[in-house]
Amino acid sequence: MLTLQCPYCGVMAEETELSAGGEAHLKRFGPGSSDADFETYMFMRENPKGVHFERWRHSNGCGKWFHAARCTVTLEVFGTYTAQTSTPPADLLDKIRAARPGFKWREFE
Amino acid sequence: MKRYSAFAIAREAARHHTGWERAWRSPEPKKSYDAIIVGAGGHGLATAYYLGKNFGITNVAVLEKGWLGGGNTGRNTTIIRSNYLQDPSAAIYEKARDLYETLSQDLNYNVMFSPRGVIMLAQTHHEVRGYQRTAHANALQGVKTEFIGPEKVKEIVPIINIDGPRYPVLGGLWQPRGGTARHDAVAWGYARACSDMGMDIIQKCEVTGVRRIAGRVVGVETTKGSIDCNKLGIVVAGHSGVLADMAGFRLPIESLALQALVSEPIKPCMDVVVMANTVHGYMSQSDKGEMVIGGGTDGFNNYTQRGSFHHIEETVRALIETFPMISRLKMLRQWGGIVDMTGDRSPIISKTPLENCFVNCGWGTGGFKAIPGSGWAMAELMAKGYSPLANEFSTDRFKEGRFIDESVAAGVAH
Repeated sequence: MLTLQCPYCGVMAEETELSAGGEAHLKRFGPGSSDADFETYMFMRENPKGVHFERWRHSNGCGKWFHAARCTVTLEVFGTYTAQTSTPPADLLDKIRAARPGFKWREFE
Repeated sequence: MKRYSAFAIAREAARHHTGWERAWRSPEPKKSYDAIIVGAGGHGLATAYYLGKNFGITNVAVLEKGWLGGGNTGRNTTIIRSNYLQDPSAAIYEKARDLYETLSQDLNYNVMFSPRGVIMLAQTHHEVRGYQRTAHANALQGVKTEFIGPEKVKEIVPIINIDGPRYPVLGGLWQPRGGTARHDAVAWGYARACSDMGMDIIQKCEVTGVRRIAGRVVGVETTKGSIDCNKLGIVVAGHSGVLADMAGFRLPIESLALQALVSEPIKPCMDVVVMANTVHGYMSQSDKGEMVIGGGTDGFNNYTQRGSFHHIEETVRALIETFPMISRLKMLRQWGGIVDMTGDRSPIISKTPLENCFVNCGWGTGGFKAIPGSGWAMAELMAKGYSPLANEFSTDRFKEGRFIDESVAAGVAH
């Protein structure tokens, strides 16, 4: 079973304790934006076969949203981090780069 | 190709079955093809088949990274139905269901289509209204369905408990000509017919790159070398995003794991397909006697072809309330597949930013039922550049906001 450590309460939470919230760090476009931007925001997803940054909610725990970096092929979790950021932390990216040479997710390589 | 027939069985019986030939050839790839289809699952093979049958395009290769029909085609719960609310969905799924009716004769291969009937249970008042609406829509679309009361449900499915404490059965949407088919046989039958038309089905040949010049595809790089093509069809379900990335465009797709399981085989007890969408489980009995059970997807992106056990648990727990007699059955095996989900839960059969590249994906959790219709429409789109069946399923709909919103219309369980 997938387990993620909640960065807020520190609990090693099992999957049944969590709710998946989809891709992380989406740039939001609202009324007045172009059709293309709105489409990208609403529907286009990275959907990588490899490391993915995503949102999770500790719904049956402390209830807080947080971020996780996880491989969609091996389900290896590289780390979890706060929701109060719009980019993955640098040390986590370094860790992923070391573990997965050639890693790419959006502008991060 | 030697035809399969009662006479062929007698002939082979008389000579100790020495005369059967391989159902399809396994050639090495040629240098160039008129069309390359990536993905030898049901949808890919059906696309190739109708390219040949309807449009005479037979210089076609179907490339498969694993083995033929080894992805979602071999992993689904084999349900065939067309009781959709929205017109474009009803049109393509009904086309597929209609083609299934005569597919065995068409392919000279027994796909074991069994129009045993599909019933979708209404277990809340909301669902009753929803399915009554669907039944009316189906009447206008020419899809034969009917809303039936709980007594009729009990008559059709004697093992059902219609007085469940939490979710009593209040009725059902009944499609008498829905049913099941043998999923492997569908892939094998199409493969045999494609091979017979001279098409090359190349297994263990993974596409690793898409070669492009000035907005056109000129060929693909594969683990068996470089192959040129005039047209490219990408029909790879869960890996659509990976292929699109190679071709340099994006798709509104997310890949999730969907699971199914079968019980140990038991004597015949249920001769229809039952779907319970409120509790999110569906069940039928295979010809071998196993209860075939499917449920919902996992919530997170996943390429592992296995799912989380607690989803199996939830599905079975829910079904046991409605079918108390299955509570003591043992699970025989469980498996998962990678399904490609779009934002509106409807498929994509579309042109792409590349002029001669087409994509067929997004069938999500319900692609098997659509295989013949999907192949029919995709072949027409690839051959003529336009297909009435596929028209509404273009990727433009996401930009234009004209969704085919079955996820809201049908609740769940595609």
